[in-house]
Amino acid sequence: MSENFRLEKGGLINRNKKISFTFNGKKYFGYEGDTLASALLANGVHLVGRSFKYHRPRGFFGAGVDEPYAIVQMNRNNEVDPNVRATEQELFEGLEAKSVNCWPNVNFDIGAINNFLNKFFPAGFYYKTFMWPKSFWYKIYEPIIRKAAGFGAASIKHDKERYEHKYEYCDLLIAGTGPSGLASAYAAAKNGAKIILAEDKSRYGGSLLTSEVTIGNQSGQDWAEQIISELKSMPNVIVKNRSQVFGYYDHNMLVMSERVSDHLPKTDKYTPKQRLWYIRAKEVVISSGSIERPLVFGNNDTPGVMLSSAAKEYLKVYGVLVGKKPIIFTNNDSGYETAIEFKKNGVDPIVLDTRKDANSEIIKEAKELNINIKFSYVVVAAKGYKKVNSADIAKISDDKKVISNIENIKCDCICVSGFWTPTIHLASQSGNKTKFNEEIDAFVPSHSKQKEVTLGSANGVFTLEETLKTSFEKGSELSKQITNKENKVPIPTVVEKKSSKYDKFWCVPLPEGKNYKRFLDFQNDVAVADIQLALREGYRSIEHVKRYTTLGMATDQGKTSNLNGLQLVSEVENKVVPQVGHTTFRPPYTPVSIGAIVGREVGKHAKPTRKSPMHHWHEKNNAVFVDAGVWLRPRYYKQGNENLFEASKREAKNVRQNVGVCDVTTLGKIDIKGPDAAEFLNRVYTNSWLKLPVGKARYGVMLREDGIVMDDGTTTRISENHYHMTTTTAQAANVLSHLEYYLQLVWPELNVNVVSSTEQWAGAAIAGPKSRDVLQKLFPDLDVSNEGLPFMGYMEGNLFGVYAKIFRISFSGELAYEVNVESDHGNFMWEKIMEIGKEFNIQAYGTEALSTLRIEMGHVAGSELDGRTIPYDNSLEGLVSKKKDFIGKRSLGKKAYVAANRQKIVGVVPLDKKTSIPEGSYIVKDPKAKLPNPKLGHVSASCWSVEYDNPFSLAIIKDGKNMIGQKLYALSPLRNKSIPVEIVSSHYVDPKGERVRS
Amino acid sequence: MLYIKCPHCGLRPQTEFSYGGDATVKRPELNKEVSDQEWDNFVYLRKSPRGKHLELWQHISGCRQWIKVERDTLTHEIFTTLKANENL
Ligand SMILES: [Zn+2]
Repeated sequence: MSENFRLEKGGLINRNKKISFTFNGKKYFGYEGDTLASALLANGVHLVGRSFKYHRPRGFFGAGVDEPYAIVQMNRNNEVDPNVRATEQELFEGLEAKSVNCWPNVNFDIGAINNFLNKFFPAGFYYKTFMWPKSFWYKIYEPIIRKAAGFGAASIKHDKERYEHKYEYCDLLIAGTGPSGLASAYAAAKNGAKIILAEDKSRYGGSLLTSEVTIGNQSGQDWAEQIISELKSMPNVIVKNRSQVFGYYDHNMLVMSERVSDHLPKTDKYTPKQRLWYIRAKEVVISSGSIERPLVFGNNDTPGVMLSSAAKEYLKVYGVLVGKKPIIFTNNDSGYETAIEFKKNGVDPIVLDTRKDANSEIIKEAKELNINIKFSYVVVAAKGYKKVNSADIAKISDDKKVISNIENIKCDCICVSGFWTPTIHLASQSGNKTKFNEEIDAFVPSHSKQKEVTLGSANGVFTLEETLKTSFEKGSELSKQITNKENKVPIPTVVEKKSSKYDKFWCVPLPEGKNYKRFLDFQNDVAVADIQLALREGYRSIEHVKRYTTLGMATDQGKTSNLNGLQLVSEVENKVVPQVGHTTFRPPYTPVSIGAIVGREVGKHAKPTRKSPMHHWHEKNNAVFVDAGVWLRPRYYKQGNENLFEASKREAKNVRQNVGVCDVTTLGKIDIKGPDAAEFLNRVYTNSWLKLPVGKARYGVMLREDGIVMDDGTTTRISENHYHMTTTTAQAANVLSHLEYYLQLVWPELNVNVVSSTEQWAGAAIAGPKSRDVLQKLFPDLDVSNEGLPFMGYMEGNLFGVYAKIFRISFSGELAYEVNVESDHGNFMWEKIMEIGKEFNIQAYGTEALSTLRIEMGHVAGSELDGRTIPYDNSLEGLVSKKKDFIGKRSLGKKAYVAANRQKIVGVVPLDKKTSIPEGSYIVKDPKAKLPNPKLGHVSASCWSVEYDNPFSLAIIKDGKNMIGQKLYALSPLRNKSIPVEIVSSHYVDPKGERVRS
Repeated sequence: MLYIKCPHCGLRPQTEFSYGGDATVKRPELNKEVSDQEWDNFVYLRKSPRGKHLELWQHISGCRQWIKVERDTLTHEIFTTLKANENL
């Protein structure tokens, strides 16, 4: 295990900085610039996990985002990070990681018994096995599946890391910094376009980091470095590494996830862990490159079997040998590049080429280096359990159907190359109608729906010369359309090796009598036999095959498996791949953490918090707050050891006996002005508004067009053409939009303007028999007698130098006033009221007491105006004008609305006068009736009546009008309660409404 | 996320708008006799076209104007946007 696989020199790592880390509790060393994968491979660690279904040993398959196996769980800064790809995670000092999907440990995994029981886990096994008996699902199957499934465990702790969102606009967004990305960015930047250039890895350059090419007079890698540093110095270019553009949404909105701190041991203060970029781009260049395709053979999931391009990357970027006795199994020239790199570093590879013969510059070079090449040869099966130790290889006939001369040769890794699959995920997400390219046996972008273009190998172009030419041209063309500038940049000359034709062969036949598992989807353990079974069982659509077998699902989204899956379906079905089609690519291209999606909108930041100007006073006076929409309102003011019940009872009682004051700033307020304001209100409200005199308020109810009550409140005529409307706290925004809708679209001829003034005014409701005394002392110059300021009257006053609006309106049912001052003076007003009210025993009251007061008075609120009730249901039919038309009137004539036994609001009192009725309880005739028990209605609001000192509730029940006096039951199955009750009038206290007029 | 051109303010992200339904529905005039059928059509019945759809949006976090948007319900392509008093 401790054998060293690191080369003496080479690679792009910083050999001056050694880094220690632990994996599965064991300590290892790597270098700065390593990934967790490269550092483990340098230490000879190939076994990193267990597979999803069969728990087979898993190693490394790739070197980047395509990695289907090496998913680990990390401990970073005392936080758990599940689902981390070891091939992407950069190494830092003290990194701690462990394997997932294995218990008790990666070397001895109990779940691996599934591998030997695999007859019981065929395609669709979840659907077949666990369907019967039904009762087994919850008790037996589901818990087992839960334990066995998934990649790692998420933390249940609050994530203390910071995640941010950023919005950006640009002319060109370029995804990928390989040759096509760099060339198009450079040309566009020179034309002055605003550019965002994104790279998902830490290093820029894409394939140029590992290919042997010359651009101009530089190596590909040097050229990339030079272009990047020039782009970084330009003010019109944003260059980002560790940033994955993962989603392409409507109207050229793309989302990118930036791993800001994941490569560091600890996130700096005020720095996010990750940042999500919402980018609106005028044009998008997709230069996402291509991913090598696996070849399929027996036990091709054994650790040590990996992509040839990955082996090359570990060599060239990290100076790591993935093995010292490699087999290169290829159907094209790419495998030779890897073979040559091994050879140059003193390791002798064997190349098995499925082609009968092939000639090209690179094959010639390999031959000159004396590399052992066997044409018409294949790997039949990998041998070894936790690591490849040999391979059965064989000669394959020209028609690729017959294998012969099987022999076993020793090896410690098998590097496979089955040609290249363009990464078309983003193009497909954008709505691009992809087409099948016969020459490369893969889909490429074709007809764009949005403003995007795909360049380079992502577009199926595999020569550097053509890639650079088209990318420089496209970058220039797209940016010129936007900036109207053209600064031509010369296209550099390219030296690269020409490739010979690749072989479309991809799946090695099984030898006689052998039943090796040949995997297509490595992450989901989907083997060739599973797909064949699905097809035999009648699945035809590739989308159905995908869901039945799980091919191409899970975190890697089939980056390496999709095309081979399609090939197989098309072979069995005797169709061509384009007829089979590919499954839909959906965002995200790579997994995105929930934290990044949520951003800063966590906890209290999930929504804005609005506080009244008197909030500080409430806090100082032991208010316990409650969320009311986005507002924080005092629920009650705690005195001593009081609980909610005791405090609200005390507060409500004091209103009935003396005087109380309540912060009503949160009520919606709308200023209405214009010569047609009265006519407008007359159409909006159900009652009549044309004759309301100046200086008077009126209560009104407004409906939706379907007759349902939308909101209620009072509106006051301040002057001839000026009204002040109030709405409930919850409906304020909707009512404003509603009014604007009618003014702008339905009755534009009305000369009226509406504007929200909720935040302009601080409001205090002073309620109780002694409220007039308080008011008189607040405004000694005003006549606030019952004659001077009658019920529903309005006047303006001077509150110790502060302009105030005084409304004589009441929600509590007591003699009451509402005083409004400009918000900045809210606290001043409040303190004055408390100071002056002292001699009258004034107490502040919260929303709980407010509810009690309105419930026992039978005043309706949000719990009755719940979007299901009409005026009649709330006993508001007296406010519905018969003479004039208004919004929703025509609907009130509907049969159900005028039915004789229509639901209506009633009061409910428990017979024992003790048991509180839970809100939401059903009112029923017979509590023991057969289920479902026919319900008469529901309890909408409950309180403890301070007037009568017993529980009281409001309910809306069928034929409520004729139910008064009936003995019924309130049922709350949730609380297991059945309470005998009597139905009474909803106006429990002061039914004639004398107090408000006193 | 859609990118909607408010005729008053210019191109703004969808998050600034709220959707308001079919823009071709006309409210029956006040005080006019309408049949149950006509009224139900107005209140409840809406087409759900696949393709071009003229619809209302309100620029709620902007100028607060109701606007008309001709949008393809399948592709989300926006063909044109109009002020409240304009017609196609
Ligand atoms: Zn606008």
